[in-house]
Amino acid sequence: MTNGAAMLLRTVGLTKIFRGDGVRVAALRGVDVALHHGEFAAVIGPSGSGKSTLLHMVGGLEPPTNGEIWLNGARVDGLSQARWAMLRRRHIGFVFQFFNLVSNMTVADNVELAALMGGATRRQARDRREELLAELGLAAKADAAPARLSGGEQQRVALARAMANRPSLLLADEPTGNLDSAASQAVLRLLGKAHADGQAILLVTHDARVACAADRVISLFDGMVIDDAAMDLPLLRATPAADRSDPPLRTPLPDVLKLRG
Amino acid sequence: MRMPLLALLAKEPAHGYELKTRLEKVFGEAYPSPNIGQIYVTLQRLERDGLVFSQDVVQTTRPNKRVYELTDVGREALLTWMDRPSDGPRVRDDFFMKLALSEHAGASDRLGLINRQRRHYLSQMRGLTELMTDCDQRIPQLLIEGAMLHLQADLDWLQRCQEEMV
Repeated sequence: MTNGAAMLLRTVGLTKIFRGDGVRVAALRGVDVALHHGEFAAVIGPSGSGKSTLLHMVGGLEPPTNGEIWLNGARVDGLSQARWAMLRRRHIGFVFQFFNLVSNMTVADNVELAALMGGATRRQARDRREELLAELGLAAKADAAPARLSGGEQQRVALARAMANRPSLLLADEPTGNLDSAASQAVLRLLGKAHADGQAILLVTHDARVACAADRVISLFDGMVIDDAAMDLPLLRATPAADRSDPPLRTPLPDVLKLRG
Repeated sequence: MRMPLLALLAKEPAHGYELKTRLEKVFGEAYPSPNIGQIYVTLQRLERDGLVFSQDVVQTTRPNKRVYELTDVGREALLTWMDRPSDGPRVRDDFFMKLALSEHAGASDRLGLINRQRRHYLSQMRGLTELMTDCDQRIPQLLIEGAMLHLQADLDWLQRCQEEMV
């Protein structure tokens, strides 16, 4: 079997062709991607490269035209809508660019509902909600309506909701695409923390500042994977001029940060 | 490093080591700590060119120190530098040279070249992000943010190179 037991997610030859008005557009053309348990991978590429399509198919929001999707060792690409919905509630968390919170429910209920649908008891759901909101700095907003929150806060609630069911896979589609720089950094820090706690994350972004937080970066172009590599560890400090004779072992910082002689 | 030293000396005379610590104070961790030897060499050149002058200050418990002061010519040079707009950082690009000349050089794997460059930029971005996390001063933060925006532009441009040349 190609799906190793250690593998959380694996796609084989994943293909998506959109048809409409006699036109045929290949959004994905044979994508092989694998994610280990606990791994954080970013998918980057220009708009139209197929990165969102890939994420949606992996989350069962769109059926593939061809190819296979394996999740936790089970083949899932042929599942019915209902089975997919069940799988998502139990095992997958989703974060979108536009938050998609339920507007007529409080922040707390948005998060608790996700936990309940994931199989938690009422008590467990409340505990989980309290834990998550505290962790994400939102405890004081528990009773607020989502619309009263800033974009950054709404996205943190969306993150809490996505993690309420302790998903084995967190899928994030441009999670900072609608946020300012400070709010983006906050969401990114939280994703990093979730990852440090063992959360596997597959994240789609066009923002390099977001992508570089991942362990691995997968580059898509024109519906195909053109690069898939572990992040090189950066050089943490700018190299003092005196030490520059030794070749740096890690990636040096760009010239913009060096005094010109 | 000539102009930063002149700028610091415009406020008050100082010796080499003071200039080093003041530079570090302004730029924080974003810049590499300036090499003291480099500072002394630069000060000597500035003096040779008439932009600063120096005198020994006698110290009783320690060796004499050489204190540098801005001349009128130096002040003029500093103001000219301050008033003149600066060029963007990218006039020549080493990577683009490689890409454009890859076939001539017998290395025709342009996608490989672009992929390696992208990984390198991403890794640099990660380094800047980590630097930013540790940084609590406004001037170095702005400097790092600027470097990040430049890197993002470099990455976007890499994408364009790929679309057009691969």
